Amino acid sequence: MTQKILAAAAGLDKVEAGQLIEANLDLVLGNDITSPVAIKEMEKFTAKGVFDKDKIALVPDHFVPNKDIKSAEHCKCVREFARKNEITNYFEVGEMGIEHALLPEKGLTVAGDVIIGADSHTCTYGALGAFSTGVGSTDMAAGMATGKAWFKVPAAIKFILTGKPAKWISGKDIILHIIGMIGVDGALYKSMEFTGDGIANLSMDDRFTIANMAIEAGGKNGIFPVDALAEQYMKEHSDRPYKIYEADEDAVYDAEYTIDLSALRPTVAFPHLPENTHTIDEIKAMDRIAIDQVVIGSCTNGRLDDLRIAAGVLKDKHVAKGMRCIVIPATQAIYMQAMEEGLLKTFIEAGAIVSTPTCGPCLGGYMGILAEGERCVSTTNRNFVGRMGHISSEIYLASPAVAAASAITGTISDPEEV
Amino acid sequence: MNAKGTVFKYGDNVDTDVIIPARYLNSSDPAELATHCMEDIDKGFVQKVKKGDIIVAEKNFGCGSSREHAPIAIKAAGVSCVIAETFARIFYRNAINIGLPIIECPEASKGIEAGDEVEVNFDTGIITNVSKGTSFKGQAFPEFMQKIIASEGLINYINSK
Repeated sequence: MTQKILAAAAGLDKVEAGQLIEANLDLVLGNDITSPVAIKEMEKFTAKGVFDKDKIALVPDHFVPNKDIKSAEHCKCVREFARKNEITNYFEVGEMGIEHALLPEKGLTVAGDVIIGADSHTCTYGALGAFSTGVGSTDMAAGMATGKAWFKVPAAIKFILTGKPAKWISGKDIILHIIGMIGVDGALYKSMEFTGDGIANLSMDDRFTIANMAIEAGGKNGIFPVDALAEQYMKEHSDRPYKIYEADEDAVYDAEYTIDLSALRPTVAFPHLPENTHTIDEIKAMDRIAIDQVVIGSCTNGRLDDLRIAAGVLKDKHVAKGMRCIVIPATQAIYMQAMEEGLLKTFIEAGAIVSTPTCGPCLGGYMGILAEGERCVSTTNRNFVGRMGHISSEIYLASPAVAAASAITGTISDPEEV
Repeated sequence: MNAKGTVFKYGDNVDTDVIIPARYLNSSDPAELATHCMEDIDKGFVQKVKKGDIIVAEKNFGCGSSREHAPIAIKAAGVSCVIAETFARIFYRNAINIGLPIIECPEASKGIEAGDEVEVNFDTGIITNVSKGTSFKGQAFPEFMQKIIASEGLINYINSK
């Protein structure tokens, strides 16, 4: 599927794994950390200006609203660049959200697109049947200037999802299970293609979560077939034409895995790699792991479904004494909808706080940094050493349901039991 | 072109968060980033590293975020080459794009220890462990890659074409 999209974008009939191609880009994305480096690189170009002011998205979201003077300077640099080049899709505080939740919601990413973003979780848009991948600032600069990028066509791994997941099983449990199975470099340089009848049982938000974490298995991209649900999503959010590509019956895969979704259990990745996974049953058999903080948010799990599930667990309950529970809706629209549905009230009544959209604590920016030895159950995507604060702090990656349940008990908990 | 220096050795999955922690990403100044390079995995790195030194690691070096600040910090710290069994793909692209020489070679990764003196010939891909008197064949740098490295990055290279 990925190969077909890349062939079309490169103006070729067919491409093969390993082939080097130059492809036309439908969207080039950057945030407040990566864009300033790209903008500085852009200034070195002898040719000036951007290739298409409508096909660049600049989303200051990592340290925004500005956490300190230096971040404010970075945002100023992005803002001035956007103004000077009349970038259509620059999102200021008040309009912004976490980039990978925001862009699909704004209809800027659709099936068949080729998208690069100077952020590793750009692979999220594969949920809609687009080829999208993370790059660095220099690639972003070259993309903004020329509208093109070079790629080595990836080989593919097929994940056949079957069956219907049980009540508390979400996209997060599925992708953590997969990363636990293949490892953090299990899909290195490769495309992760998801298929199977089980996909019909997954919401769009589940699919965004799964595609989002393809990078945590080393994948170049993660991609889903476009079904009626994906089409409905695109029609609701975008007026751009989309193009549906399907994998050939005889497509070649480096490996195939079949995953029975009905057999999955709530899954948690222990420090300090996303592949260190344990099921909730294994965790119950261990000594109690006391938690200091819970974060529910991020480009992985800050969408409406995630907040609904977390609020469902927290309703009429209270977070444990001494627990800091931080909820971060990923975009303004999600925030507003969560307010209208009473979810924010549920969070606040339960003793949690609700923040404006930001990546904040996920990458140790602000809004919930951990002290020495502290532990956090987080719905974010990485649990590397020092990722959320002190190098001796620990992050346990989990679904919104497990995170909310853990906030109530103060230890990693099964949502079924709170 | 050659690189020669003393080796700093690391294991599997050295991620971009330990190469340059996000708490320092409010700066994009290479010299400033270099002062925090490898801080969360090797506190003494910045004090010990000399111009020309070489990093050798095992699997999946540079995994995690797409921050170009990671190869920028390594290069600005004076490192002349990174050798690993495998690299994470975004890091690989970024390193080439900013002109930091990197080379995949599983045998060299296994046969080189911290403190060894190592020499890398970019034309041939030969990695010589001067301390142990052994050598390994890595992939030679294609011409365009050598030009990007010589031009100090992709943009300068595109401009010069």
